[in-house]
Amino acid sequence: MTAHASFAGEVVERSLFSVPGAHCAGCLGKIERGLSEVPGVVSARMNLTARQVAILHSGDVQIPQLVAALEALGFSAQPLNDPLGGQERSASRALLRATAVAGFAAMNIMLLSVSVWSGAGGATRELFHLISGLIALPTIGYSGRTFFRSAWSAVRRGRTNMDVPISIGVLLVTGLSLFEALTGGAHVYFDGAVMLIFFLLVGRVLDSIMRDRARDGVTALLKQSASGALVLDENGSSRWVRTEALQPGMRISVAAGERLAADGVIESGSTSLDLSLLTGESAPQFAAVGDTVHAGTLNFGAPIEVRVTAVGQDTSLAEIARLMAEAGQGRSRYVRIADRAARLYAPAVHTLAATAVITWLLLGAGWHQALLVSAAVLIITCPCALGLAVPAAQIVTAGSLMRAGVLVKDGTALERLAEADLALFDKTGTLTLGRPELVNGASIPAVAKPIILALARSSRHPLAEATRRSLEREGVVGASLGGVEEEPGFGVRGHSSCGHVSLGRGAHAGVLSTSFEWPLGPAVELRFEDRLRPDAAEAIRRLRSMGIDCSIVSGDSAASVAAATRGLMMTAAAVMSPQDKLDLVGRLHRTGHKVLMVGDGLNDGPALAAGYVSMAPGSASDVGQNASDAVFLGDSLLPVAKAVSAARRTMRIVRQNFTIAIAYNVCAVPLAFAGKVTPLVAAIAMSLSSIAVVGNALRLRSAAR
Amino acid sequence: MSGLIYLIPIALLLGLAGLGAFFWAMRSGQYDDLDGAAARILIDEE
Repeated sequence: MTAHASFAGEVVERSLFSVPGAHCAGCLGKIERGLSEVPGVVSARMNLTARQVAILHSGDVQIPQLVAALEALGFSAQPLNDPLGGQERSASRALLRATAVAGFAAMNIMLLSVSVWSGAGGATRELFHLISGLIALPTIGYSGRTFFRSAWSAVRRGRTNMDVPISIGVLLVTGLSLFEALTGGAHVYFDGAVMLIFFLLVGRVLDSIMRDRARDGVTALLKQSASGALVLDENGSSRWVRTEALQPGMRISVAAGERLAADGVIESGSTSLDLSLLTGESAPQFAAVGDTVHAGTLNFGAPIEVRVTAVGQDTSLAEIARLMAEAGQGRSRYVRIADRAARLYAPAVHTLAATAVITWLLLGAGWHQALLVSAAVLIITCPCALGLAVPAAQIVTAGSLMRAGVLVKDGTALERLAEADLALFDKTGTLTLGRPELVNGASIPAVAKPIILALARSSRHPLAEATRRSLEREGVVGASLGGVEEEPGFGVRGHSSCGHVSLGRGAHAGVLSTSFEWPLGPAVELRFEDRLRPDAAEAIRRLRSMGIDCSIVSGDSAASVAAATRGLMMTAAAVMSPQDKLDLVGRLHRTGHKVLMVGDGLNDGPALAAGYVSMAPGSASDVGQNASDAVFLGDSLLPVAKAVSAARRTMRIVRQNFTIAIAYNVCAVPLAFAGKVTPLVAAIAMSLSSIAVVGNALRLRSAAR
Repeated sequence: MSGLIYLIPIALLLGLAGLGAFFWAMRSGQYDDLDGAAARILIDEE
């Protein structure tokens, strides 16, 4: 999150924040200008594409102050733990560079080739062939490395993949063309070889960009775990310490509405804790001095002070992490559809090329001519369209899904999503919103609402925020109050025009409620429940109509599962521990099902990692989001159904693309076999098949609708 | 035909210049924030 550097003699730190609310020039200007006026901030730079702002600030400005400064500007911000950059991004960069070089070379060679095809002869042709070779050789060496390296590592392990026929084809064609160019032959295929590399690299770049983009999106969402804690020193002062730097024995203060950053024991204060992220249980639990509390729990009630007992890898989460590491191994055995195609394709192509050489030799042609024909066969069958067919379709769908609020982490996720035939849903936070919502808004007297809203606005307590959201949705305008103050552990008090008012702790323990007291009438009780996500029933109905059976696995008690999911008509398993969920997924896999696991909490982590494919809501824990293949944003559950149908459409298009590529080969291979494929024919055929495949993939632009 | 002696090197140099410009743009972060670049022009600098 923070990097150190020296600036004008003082220590300057760089911190990164996700600001999802910024979306226009006005927001950008407001944030950059507003932040630069904050004392201690050296500069702020907003990246509108990633919705992130990088702030250079002096060492004595701390993260919560910067978050507060952004809040004051009207944007909610989350500190990001993962600094940008890293090796995967540079992999994308290197591919892009290789593509640019191949594109430049292909254009220049094509320029020379066109003049040869339009009739340049004699010395001019030989010169042009030689110049083509001079451009092509370094290009193939530089841009082709990706394929050669991957092919070599496959061959060395006795396997074959898509890159093996590509590499053999390119190397053989280049070698023969070089020989032809040096000996003044009529046909050289440098243009074909370089163009092939260019088209294939475009496919690779698309694939890599898709992964980067989804990962950036997910990084920007890492927000549920506390990124630090306020540490109380022995001398009474306090400072903000990042999660990684926390040590056992430290004393931390956890305000109401904050998440715990480490495991510990309560030293002072008593509160109610929301454990739903850890266990899936929705009812808040009471905790007092001496009780053990766990990282990731949300402090719902009053501020507490906690003596840290375990941090990072030692926390109670470590057990879940261990389960997940084991569960995730099954998924790496999945073989991408392109590689499955290559297993059939590569031997077929090699047999074909070998047959061409043998046939022509038997027909009495010389070695030279036979090799030229087999080179033509290799270049015409090279999986140019195949290499583009899959990534082009997948990136178009991923873009469409991203606009619909689903971030897909990689292409295989779409392939696996299309095959899922059974869906398991967690309850808390997945089928439900995972946050309290005001349920008895209708029974609040209308005159009280403006006062309640004004009181709720002055607190960050989850129940106050739920009240505020609900009343603002109704269009209530806040009253003006005087002397508003928040009393930790109780609530908010203030003076309105009608006298002393307060909004605070409810009368019933164990139920989510708060009580509004005012002079004009009896106390009003506001009750809260965790509601079903909007469109949950519709999403389940759509999934069923696609032949996907849906059921619930929850860590919560049977009674609350039944209460919350009434009306969905789903079978449910309650009181499931993380291990139980993991076992269930394993059992279903053994009976031949392909399980789509949808869950959010840490307790779902192992099941998410073990699922054939998995999705998590944007509000999920870091663990949930990291373990899942796709993340859906917003409150609605519909994106889950949309993602499945988009994935199925994608696989239909991918299969069509394979058909196009095969049809093209069926037409072109006999020509190549007959020795009729000149460099001109190869260039035209290659471009046309690639354009057809990309054009077909573009039909997926509206796949997520 | 003798014009080729000048024209081919010129064509290659122009192409190389384009490639160099692309590399420079990529390295200096021109493609990092495409939406931001479009929005920034609307901000008045005081």
